[in-house]
Amino acid sequence: MKLTRKDFLRLSGLGLLAVAGKKAVRAVSEVAATAASPKTAKRWGMVIDLQKCREEGGCTDCIKACDRAHNIPHFADREHEVKWIWNQPFETVFPQAQTDYTRQVYAGHPIALLCNHCANPPCVRVCPTQATWKREDDGIVMMDWHRCIGCRYCMAACPYGSRSFNWQDPRPAIASLNPDFPTRTKGVVEKCNFCEERLARGQRPACVEACGEKAMVFGDLADPDSEPRKLLRARFSLQREPELGTSPSVYYLV
Amino acid sequence: MRDRPLILTGLLAFVWLFTLPVWHAYAGKYSPSAPDVKLPANEKQCVAPTAYMRDSHMQLLIDWREDVVRNNRRQFTAFNGKVYDKSLTRTCLAQCHTNKGEFCDRCHAYAGVSGPYCWDCHHDKILTARSAP
Amino acid sequence: MFMFEKAFVGSRRYWVWLLCLSAVILAGFLCYLRQLAQGLAITGLSRDVTWGLYIAQFTFFVGVAASAVMVVLPYYLHDFKQFGRITILGEFLAVGAVTMCMLFIFVDMGQPARVLNVMRYPTPWSLMFWDMISLGGYLVLNALISFIMLRAEREGVKPPHWIKPIVILSIPWAVSIHTVTAFLYCGLPGRTFWMSAVLAPRFLASAFAAGPALLILLCLVLRKVAGFDAGREAIRQLGLIVTYAMVINVFLVLMEFFTVFYSRIPEHLEHFRYVFFGLDGNYHLAPWMWLSAVLSLAALALLLVPAWRNNPRLLPVACVFVFVSLWLDKGLGLIVGGFTPSPLGTITNYTPTWPEATIVLGVWAIGALMITVFYKIALSVREAS
Repeated sequence: MKLTRKDFLRLSGLGLLAVAGKKAVRAVSEVAATAASPKTAKRWGMVIDLQKCREEGGCTDCIKACDRAHNIPHFADREHEVKWIWNQPFETVFPQAQTDYTRQVYAGHPIALLCNHCANPPCVRVCPTQATWKREDDGIVMMDWHRCIGCRYCMAACPYGSRSFNWQDPRPAIASLNPDFPTRTKGVVEKCNFCEERLARGQRPACVEACGEKAMVFGDLADPDSEPRKLLRARFSLQREPELGTSPSVYYLV
Repeated sequence: MRDRPLILTGLLAFVWLFTLPVWHAYAGKYSPSAPDVKLPANEKQCVAPTAYMRDSHMQLLIDWREDVVRNNRRQFTAFNGKVYDKSLTRTCLAQCHTNKGEFCDRCHAYAGVSGPYCWDCHHDKILTARSAP
Repeated sequence: MFMFEKAFVGSRRYWVWLLCLSAVILAGFLCYLRQLAQGLAITGLSRDVTWGLYIAQFTFFVGVAASAVMVVLPYYLHDFKQFGRITILGEFLAVGAVTMCMLFIFVDMGQPARVLNVMRYPTPWSLMFWDMISLGGYLVLNALISFIMLRAEREGVKPPHWIKPIVILSIPWAVSIHTVTAFLYCGLPGRTFWMSAVLAPRFLASAFAAGPALLILLCLVLRKVAGFDAGREAIRQLGLIVTYAMVINVFLVLMEFFTVFYSRIPEHLEHFRYVFFGLDGNYHLAPWMWLSAVLSLAALALLLVPAWRNNPRLLPVACVFVFVSLWLDKGLGLIVGGFTPSPLGTITNYTPTWPEATIVLGVWAIGALMITVFYKIALSVREAS
């Protein structure tokens, strides 16, 4: 059969439309699917790749993202600071890794620190009102700011210093208010919540998403095929103070 | 006989004190007439029947709060089958009752309900806009 | 039932004392209102040192409350008649001290209006839940015992037979309130300063030294202001109890020193170093801890020599030394030392602020007021009968 120029143009135009249309449909349905369906896991965990992390170059993208997403107040007074994710030098995080004769390659580097969402959390054990508890479904150590009486027992129990207390009203110290997340009020304890409200919307934690180097890998530690598990099989990793038996869910790849 | 002025003063003071709630409402800024709440323009049906909401909206909100925060159950199926996100700020205040001052606060002021301290932590868009730098 | 009318009759000195206490209570209350409005930022607490003077006072006064058992046990279980005149004083002291404890916890809460959540959502794996139960129960027990016994004395009859098992119950309960308080601290994996099996025995020993020491001082004060004679034998025996308890306490502290300084494990060592010698230029706490050590040794010297212990001028000095030394050790050094250095090695010095100290003084004044009123009632009843 003879193909006229007109037919050819018509056919290719329709073909292009079909391809574009399929792409558009897929995009829309994927957005709908991820927005509607929450992310689930048996045990959420995070692997932080110290080789990729650029915090020693002054990068604080993860910290800024968390602060913005969760209305973290900034106080000039260090004693009253509130922080969910922050960084400290390697030697203070892993004090046993550094001796007089060894100098680890990360000496002096800032290490990102956050709540470890331990599988065996001492903070949960001590809370007298169950204002903090470990979610059985996915292992996140949760905070209920409606129930917290501000006794700060959990802060005494946490071996990692992950928790902060609102010594005063945080609102005046919040740079820009995110309307999608509440602020907290004076008198309650708070900490990283693994962005459980974002996970419920099918999004990854703010810090993970903000990291330009993809240094933070978030996934289901109970799933042997998850990204974090693959990384943990491939490389040597550290946990903070594992000898305490808390079983943290945050690993650091050296 | 000498005590008559004292007794009369005492009686008048008592009457003044006793009728305080009545005349204070008139002297004060609250009108005794019914609250003029502005109903949402777009939606006619709330997440629950109006009578129930009038009685127990606080209980509903507390149930939602407990369910979302402690049980991670975020979807609410209303009596008419519609599914809502259990959130005061993202559902009620965002979709329908967009002006808290013209709806919620008016009835609260009339009924003398000093608001629950939810707003110490949660905030709606207008509050946010007002407090934005 | 409570014979409070007896507290309304008193000398001029009595009323002036009550007035002074009320002024201090008012000052403390006003500072507390400020804390309610502004939050705990008005204290000297920080993200690293989250418990300070309030919880330290709670810890110390639980010990004082528990010490009532030191007069109750000999009298009721072993028929030690010489304590007959002072058991009521010990029990009232327990009521006042436990009330102070509960007030100290209350003023330390970030959200005090929600404190009943501990009862609404009972959490049996949390020690704080058991602490509330044991303190509340102890308060009820001692209040009941005190007033039943006093009532019986006023009527001139023997106390009802059912009070005896309640008194016996208060003995292990007294031990339990301080053990539970120690358990608040010694089960936390991240706080090596507190992670010691010997913490609970240490608490009990220091309690049984500080409490009776305070009781001796109160008896001596009562002798001066109210002509109350506790009995020479009672004071002697109390002095002996303070001595033994102080010896055991100092021994246990020395045990802690040995295990830490001989094993030289840095995580354990650095807290003791900070508290006694300072770390990285921070000598904040060291002078107070050395004062505590010196006072406790001086107290031991005074107490171990019988001639000095039974000397009516030296015994009060020894008691003051014991009380102050243990207050510094348990009421300040223990709490702050547990938090410093922080889990990440930072040192944040804790200095109580003036509002914080005023609130503490206010709670002390409430305790003093309660004890004054109770003692007034007890002594009036005794004088009348």
